[in-house]
Amino acid sequence: MDSLSRRRFLKITGASIAAATAVTSLNSVVKGAKTIEEKNGSVVKGIQKIPTYCDLCFWKCGAIAYVDNGKLWKIEGNPIDPLSNGRLCPRGTGGVGASFDNERLKTPLIRKSVRGEDQWVKATWDEALDLIANKMKKIKTNYGPESLAFFSHGIGGNFLKHTFKAYGTNNITAPSFAQCRGPREIGFELTFGDVVGSPERTDIKNTKCLVLLGSHLGENMHNTQVQEFADAVGAGATVIVVDPRFSVAASKAKHYLPIKPGTDIALLLSWMNVLVTEGLYDKDYVEKYGFGFEQFAAEIQEYTPEWAYTRTGIEPAVIRETAREMGKNKPATLVHPGRHATWYGDDAQRARSVALLNALLGSWGRKGGFYTPYKFGLPGYPYPEYPKPEREPADNPGKKYPFAEGELLSTGLREATITGNPYPIKGWFVYATNLMQALPNQQETIKAIQNLDLLVVVDVVPSEIAGWADVILPEATYLERYDDISDSPFKEGFIALRQPAIDPPHDQKPNWWIAKKLADKLGLSNYFPWKNVEEYLDTRLKSAGLSLNEFKKTGIIKRPPKPIYFEDGVQPFFWTQSGKIEFYSLKLKEHGFDPVPKFTAPEEPPAGFFRLLYGRSPVHTFSKTQTNPILNDMMSENEVWVNADIAGRYGVKNGQYIKLKNSDGVISNKVKVKVTERIRTDCVYMVHGFGQTSIRNRKTYLKGASDAQLVTKYKMDPLMGGTGMNVNFVTFEMEV
Amino acid sequence: MHELTTTRHNHLIDPVLHVWGWEIPVYLFLGGMVAGMMIISGYFLFKGKTKNTDCSCFLAPLISIVLLSLGMFALFLDLEHKLYVWRLYTTFEITSPMSWGAWILLLVYPALIANIIIRFPDKLSDRFPKLKELSNKFAGKYFLIKNIGIINMMLGAMLGMYTGVLLSTLAARPLWNTSILWLLFLTSGLSGAAAFIHMIAKDVEERELLAKADNGFLTIEIFVIALMLIGLLTSTEVHKDAATLLISGSFAPVFWVFVVGLGIIIPLFIQLLAVNHKIKHTPLAPVFVILGGLILRFVIVQAGQVSHYINAHF
Amino acid sequence: MSRFGMAIDTVRCVGCMDCVVACKTENKVPEGFNRDWITEEAFGNFPNIQLEIRTERCNHCEEAPCVDCCPTGASHYHDTGGVVLVNHNECIGCKACVASCPYDARFIHPDGYADKCTFCIHRVEKGEDPACVSVCPTHCMTFGDLDDPNSKISKLVKSRKWHVLKPEAGTKPHIYYLT
Ligand SMILES: Nc1nc2c(c(=O)[nH]1)N[C@H]1C(S)=C(S)[C@@H](COP(=O)(O)OP(=O)(O)OC[C@H]3O[C@@H](n4cnc5c(=O)[nH]c(N)nc54)[C@H](O)[C@@H]3O)O[C@H]1N2
Ligand SMILES: Nc1nc2c(c(=O)[nH]1)N[C@H]1C(S)=C(S)[C@@H](COP(=O)(O)OP(=O)(O)OC[C@H]3O[C@@H](n4cnc5c(=O)[nH]c(N)nc54)[C@H](O)[C@@H]3O)O[C@H]1N2
Ligand code: SF4
Ligand code: SF4
Ligand code: SF4
Ligand code: SF4
Ligand code: SF4
Ligand SMILES: [Mo]
Repeated sequence: MDSLSRRRFLKITGASIAAATAVTSLNSVVKGAKTIEEKNGSVVKGIQKIPTYCDLCFWKCGAIAYVDNGKLWKIEGNPIDPLSNGRLCPRGTGGVGASFDNERLKTPLIRKSVRGEDQWVKATWDEALDLIANKMKKIKTNYGPESLAFFSHGIGGNFLKHTFKAYGTNNITAPSFAQCRGPREIGFELTFGDVVGSPERTDIKNTKCLVLLGSHLGENMHNTQVQEFADAVGAGATVIVVDPRFSVAASKAKHYLPIKPGTDIALLLSWMNVLVTEGLYDKDYVEKYGFGFEQFAAEIQEYTPEWAYTRTGIEPAVIRETAREMGKNKPATLVHPGRHATWYGDDAQRARSVALLNALLGSWGRKGGFYTPYKFGLPGYPYPEYPKPEREPADNPGKKYPFAEGELLSTGLREATITGNPYPIKGWFVYATNLMQALPNQQETIKAIQNLDLLVVVDVVPSEIAGWADVILPEATYLERYDDISDSPFKEGFIALRQPAIDPPHDQKPNWWIAKKLADKLGLSNYFPWKNVEEYLDTRLKSAGLSLNEFKKTGIIKRPPKPIYFEDGVQPFFWTQSGKIEFYSLKLKEHGFDPVPKFTAPEEPPAGFFRLLYGRSPVHTFSKTQTNPILNDMMSENEVWVNADIAGRYGVKNGQYIKLKNSDGVISNKVKVKVTERIRTDCVYMVHGFGQTSIRNRKTYLKGASDAQLVTKYKMDPLMGGTGMNVNFVTFEMEV
Repeated sequence: MHELTTTRHNHLIDPVLHVWGWEIPVYLFLGGMVAGMMIISGYFLFKGKTKNTDCSCFLAPLISIVLLSLGMFALFLDLEHKLYVWRLYTTFEITSPMSWGAWILLLVYPALIANIIIRFPDKLSDRFPKLKELSNKFAGKYFLIKNIGIINMMLGAMLGMYTGVLLSTLAARPLWNTSILWLLFLTSGLSGAAAFIHMIAKDVEERELLAKADNGFLTIEIFVIALMLIGLLTSTEVHKDAATLLISGSFAPVFWVFVVGLGIIIPLFIQLLAVNHKIKHTPLAPVFVILGGLILRFVIVQAGQVSHYINAHF
Repeated sequence: MSRFGMAIDTVRCVGCMDCVVACKTENKVPEGFNRDWITEEAFGNFPNIQLEIRTERCNHCEEAPCVDCCPTGASHYHDTGGVVLVNHNECIGCKACVASCPYDARFIHPDGYADKCTFCIHRVEKGEDPACVSVCPTHCMTFGDLDDPNSKISKLVKSRKWHVLKPEAGTKPHIYYLT
């Protein structure tokens, strides 16, 4: 993939939006937004409602913060926001706890002994930023600017990204690609020439048949998806859930398929086999848009339900029945592409299988399938050109993973930091990502950190990764700061504003301030022509004929509606090599991969071991909400789900504490057992993000067990370098 | 398999109800003892049997006042909103046993005081001449004394029953939800009171009399316990589960050993021997009875909180 | 007369606890206490499992034992909607009501009085939905007047199958779980 189809796609949508001049100006439904004058003055009496958007995860729901006599009270959904429809998810509703959190960092901290030893001196911002700037300058002179890597997750990193691009590095990454949706995007891109994106372009609301492979909606609380899921269930859509665990979504399903972990490709191939052999697929659609269907059809002939049964454990009759159900409801059948797709190392091909199944059903581009999203398309700030890095990014030397495109491999940068290949990485600047929990194999992360000359962490609490830093910078929470404007691709084009509801309680600073100040100290002031963030935002808005003052009242501005389905006039466009939906992938063929996905059986757990699976709790986001007093009160530790028969055999009781030991001998913290019928006998399950080891967070310290700690093995996706993490086996340690 | 989980985690409620600690059992026990003593002394007054019952008729009411005050103090300690305790007396809530209890207790004091005054001992006359005067005024007014006896008996009975009714109207806890609990607490209060007077009385005849009475009460108590358990066992599933808590569940050892064994059967046996003059009267039996009564309140209060409805969470 | 109640669609509810979080922030429920909570009840053996997820709270019973047993009258039926409320200034914290509730819906607030779900009467009297209802991302809760035959809740209760919790307790609860 020499040129990025994704980028091309976005450019095209951007252009078409720019053509649409009319901007729906909304009446200010939300009263009492703070003005800049008020903010600098005294406490405002009574209740103020301040529109902003949520930052408890990356969905970016529009919200309204309530401030009661100058004190933050609660936060609700913004009714005019198309993502939240006026209702936040539990994390969003508990978001005010992020501000109240008494574990928060208050001032910059500089490490005073060896890395990882928890000893710090308080510093002023000037001291801290001078230290960072000096080290960064040294790294630049000694190794080149690319030797500084920026790990950043979420929109809060935008301004710092700008600083680092100005500094000259292109090693900018997030754990959201190689540890999350990377394989999915590549699998879909190889098939349809476009990614699924975030928010997912899934038209769950209008689907008549929803197939969930893993995607545990209802526990995974990506707001709009859950709302639409409930609507679909309420409207009587057929739900088919494939999961080794009887998830919440499974309880809503007409068909629950308790699949053997890691065998989804086999099931997907056999579904496609049934659709093709029984002629249930969307023939017109495939004929019109498909490429290489014959080769594909010939290849999948052998994958009968009987063949799949021995691999997946799903009865042939069930496979046929569910395939027919999908065929019957096409094209309004949505086989959900999932999001956290880095499971078994064959993930891009699994995602491609999902894409192909959707292609057979004709659901891509169709109502009840995958809609065609569009953005508001707010122009960027007219910044000066960035210096051009002399070296390619270090994450994927020699293009080992030919399809690692669009974003960098976080684990690849870690590898480069350890090996110095293709060139040394000497500094990490980490913004809002807890790499200790996010990246597989913590020992490798620690090893990489030991090679660094500089590790800076910007966080709101003393997180685990902050514990390893040389300098910790305390950020203001999302309720206390401006951020960049959110401009997500969705069913409607809209932009959302994040603005402070209250001031930071201590010496915390917003990311834009840190980015600008650091740039000043690096001699890069010319990259920050604006005085403050309001000016930046206003400039961007003005370029679209809008103003910050108006925006502050509504928090959301929408474009007029546009068609989002093929049937409503969206022009189908497939940015693949053939310009069509590739049932047979030319690019994969070219790089020596299977042009039509093939199934390889996953490794079996050794006797007495169970595959470790993990997922989400509705009230937490990864490892970032555990210190939030409100959300901690909802769930303060995780449990390990153990099948009741297995529990009986091993004599573990419900509620008992045990430890888990993985096949590399790593032993977890003690964790409560949930004895349940709701999981297969060959795996155990836990919610990700617990068992944290930052001793300064009393609320989270060693509460529950950490799946990340037990993920010592990971399987690289040969296509795109994703890290399959469902490949670890654990056994029970009764002594705690 | 049936799996039930809840995210609720309220202090004092979860995983099982434990709103009441030692205070309420102590309050109920002391209330029961006082009730028993009021009935006993009231009975003697009513019957005019005042000759050899100095202890029952004078000391018992005096001690009752102390015990009752201690009991009320225990109750007060249990209140979570102590400053508002006066709210008990700004209203009378007809459906609330606790409200009844509050008002009954208010009436119990004058009744007990009247009782004391009737038999105000000469020994104390010098120190409280006014009371002696009052006492003298009562002397010979048999009708009045009789009525004071009746009132003491009635209020005693109400007090004794109330301690049981208080729990048994809390229908959400199947162990308490038995219509016989008032009788159990009443007999237990009577046996405790009889044992107590038996223990402290100086008069041999009085002691003998009360030991006999106590044996009667203890015998009845055994039947009441049996009836209660049978009643629960023949009721719904949740009531059966509740009875099981006492019969073979986690409270069984304490219940059988301390309440039934040491609290009823053994003292009954000892006292039977004593009243038949096979052995001497010892304070051992009454002490056992009294402790048994106290432990009974603890067991019932605690096990009752553990007993639960179907679909309760644990 | 009005008679407030809730109809909760267990088919839609995903047990996300948003209702619990919303109650916390709206009513400043102290840390460590819940006015509402989620109960999950699963029957069967893997993989044939039935799972009912319920959001639970005080049922605002028509025959409320907590009101009956209250010695001070602090626990009472509110004039509008028959909502069961506690008057903080009358409550002595005797805990009889806590023990009397078959649903364990009450607790003692750290300030000493008995507390529980109020059906967000402060919002309802302003014409708003209770906080938990208004936040629920699956729209599975309907709050309204059961005495009004034209209310959405009355229609739901009429047209759908439902059950209440512990009907055998005889409390006449007013939260209906639609199945
Ligand atoms: N509340 C909450 N919601 C979130 C997040 C959060 O942190 N908190 N994070 C968000 C983000 S960034 C992401 S990426 C998503 C992740 O959410 P999803 O994309 O839904 O994640 P999955 O990995 O699909 O979900 C884990 C489920 O997959 C099942 N599973 C495990 N192995 C297999 C298998 O081999 N086959 C099948 N069919 N199923 C399997 C597990 O049992 C579990 O139910 O959630 C998003 N939503
Ligand atoms: N073992 C395992 N690994 C995983 C996953 C898994 O389920 N299991 N999930 C994967 C997936 S899908 C993803 S998307 C990634 C997610 O990985 P991350 O995005 O790294 O998620 P978190 O662990 O929540 O780390 C977020 C950090 O940001 C900090 N933070 C919170 N708010 C702010 C703020 O306002 N400003 C700043 N500066 N910092 C803030 C938090 O304190 C926390 O330290 O992890 C991936 N890795
Ligand atoms: S899904 Fe929830 S946490 Fe994520 S942005 Fe929306 S409300 Fe916030
Ligand atoms: S918020 Fe709604 S979906 Fe979530 S648990 Fe509560 S009732 Fe269920
Ligand atoms: S649910 Fe409990 S607290 Fe609520 S009214 Fe009924 S008995 Fe009273
Ligand atoms: S705790 Fe308060 S509300 Fe409850 S019964 Fe006692 S006085 Fe009434
Ligand atoms: S109605 Fe109000 S008080 Fe009751 S549970 Fe819902 S939010 Fe809480
Ligand atoms: Mo993710």
